[in-house]
Amino acid sequence: MSLHAIAPDGQDAHEAHAPVFVGARRTELDELLTRYPTKMAALLPALWMLQEDRGWVSPAGMNEVASVLELTPAYVQGVVTFYTMYHLHPVGKHFVQVCTTTPCNVCGAEDVVNAFLRETKCGELGVTSADGRFTVVEVECLGACGFATPVMVNDALVECVSVDSVQDLVAGLD
Amino acid sequence: MGYPHLSHGRETPVISKYFGDAEARTLAGWQARGGYEVLRQALATDPVDVQNVVKDSGLRGRGGAGFPTGVKWSFMKPDGKTHYLCINADESEPGTFKDREIMRWTPHQLVEGAAVAAHAIYAETAYIYIRGEYTEPIARVREAVREAYAAGILGANAMGSGKRVDVHVHKGAGAYICGEETALMNSLEGRRGNPRIKPPFPAVAGLFAQPTTINNVETVCAAIHVLRNGADWYKSLSSPSNPKSTGTKLFSVCGNVARPGNYEVGMGFSMKEFLWDVCGGPPPGRSFKAIIPGGSSVPILTPEECEGAVMDYEGIQAAGSLLGSGGVICFDDTQDMVRQIARLARFYAHESCAQCTQCREGTAWTTKILERIRDGQGTMKDLDTLLEIADNMTGKTICVLSDSCATPVVSGLKKFRHEFEAKIPKNRSSVMVPSFTTAAA
Repeated sequence: MSLHAIAPDGQDAHEAHAPVFVGARRTELDELLTRYPTKMAALLPALWMLQEDRGWVSPAGMNEVASVLELTPAYVQGVVTFYTMYHLHPVGKHFVQVCTTTPCNVCGAEDVVNAFLRETKCGELGVTSADGRFTVVEVECLGACGFATPVMVNDALVECVSVDSVQDLVAGLD
Repeated sequence: MGYPHLSHGRETPVISKYFGDAEARTLAGWQARGGYEVLRQALATDPVDVQNVVKDSGLRGRGGAGFPTGVKWSFMKPDGKTHYLCINADESEPGTFKDREIMRWTPHQLVEGAAVAAHAIYAETAYIYIRGEYTEPIARVREAVREAYAAGILGANAMGSGKRVDVHVHKGAGAYICGEETALMNSLEGRRGNPRIKPPFPAVAGLFAQPTTINNVETVCAAIHVLRNGADWYKSLSSPSNPKSTGTKLFSVCGNVARPGNYEVGMGFSMKEFLWDVCGGPPPGRSFKAIIPGGSSVPILTPEECEGAVMDYEGIQAAGSLLGSGGVICFDDTQDMVRQIARLARFYAHESCAQCTQCREGTAWTTKILERIRDGQGTMKDLDTLLEIADNMTGKTICVLSDSCATPVVSGLKKFRHEFEAKIPKNRSSVMVPSFTTAAA
């Protein structure tokens, strides 16, 4: 990961970063810290707050999280890179995750992925569409196997998506 | 019940009784259905007595390992140390989606179960670790926790008992391995989700190095019903022929099947009746080719092996597989088993935490070899190599993710070897040499 990642506003991430943990967020974090005997335990929740507010986990954001939790930036980066749900770069407005693990795969999930790549004009997995609206990725088991194919669009889970329903689903996203 | 389908007459809905009933989601609705009475009584009962009822019931862990719950609780002694309860709601075993429905429909059932279990192990704090992708379950459980605090059910003086019970929801961030109990604890502590070497076992030094119990969502929910109705009632729900597997079990059914969904049946239920009647059998015009009965990490069964099996810990083992988490994955006769086993291996390769060599290398090479066989580039020797790698991946690592990858490969090769062989070009004895290196000759 480059330390010179470019933030969505086009400025250098280091310079563009305004602190996340101020005001209500700081209060929220402080309340959270009362739930655990260590500050480190609030790391995943703090990273979630960062991503909710900024859309991704930037190097500068990681530095801030490290600072408020008294951890080193390298440690925070090590943890962030272990988990798949933290975005290490900005993603499209609609982040589409299609489950293609075996139970969904046998129900045709790969065709659903291809339909999304076509309809969103992303073309390729992990690539954000030219208009910045979509990023499509394959995801490992969403835990909704009885509702194949489950698709997450940002925080919303859509059950039973089929090749035929993708066009309407994409058209319904602004 | 068989949500999203109507409940089947042969089900025994205990934990799933209120699936689909939106009123049961609220505190008022849960209390109107008898909710939190078990907690009230438990808080007034000595933890050892709570443990004993659960021990007598024969309830075993529903996360996959099947360890007796009451025995696990009894490892926690009143030693003056801070104890923790972790509820494993990281449900991520492919094919399993039962805890999701428990949390979506009856979040208070989980909160009550967690509070009861915390009391039973002398803990004041329970963390419910829910996988990050479960956005709706997280919201439902958080709301239930908020309601429970507001009503004084949780907090410094839980239900007026004078005892402190705190329940916190902790959101995961995308890692299958965090469903492994020691990885879950590391993740909760704000670390990478690498499993820990045991010993020390969690009951000795677990979360934050304190004595800890980790229970599955379904387990603590079942415990409420055991405590409400008694151990004998719980045992009466399952087949009397096997006293080792008691009560009911939620099975998640998915893949190529007429009615996918969650079904709760008594332990010892006939697998034939379950698959062909309760779940409606294969999709119209097709037949089953293979069934994975307990989540993707257990051996693959043929339909013939399923026909005579009964659905409990011992019954599925006798049929050659494991009950596991109760995630039943169905494959019909149109499926290419090589392709699907390769896809399973890819899952494990993606999810390996990579700290053990056998797993990191084994899952990656297993996937590479399976995918080249899938693509018609394999050799007969590859089949032996797969088994050799699988042998090296079994029983040699810190956790069982490595074993879990090897299991479907070994059982798949044993039962569907003809499909693998059919993909290997005849007389191919070594890996194909790319054409450009031979063009000059």
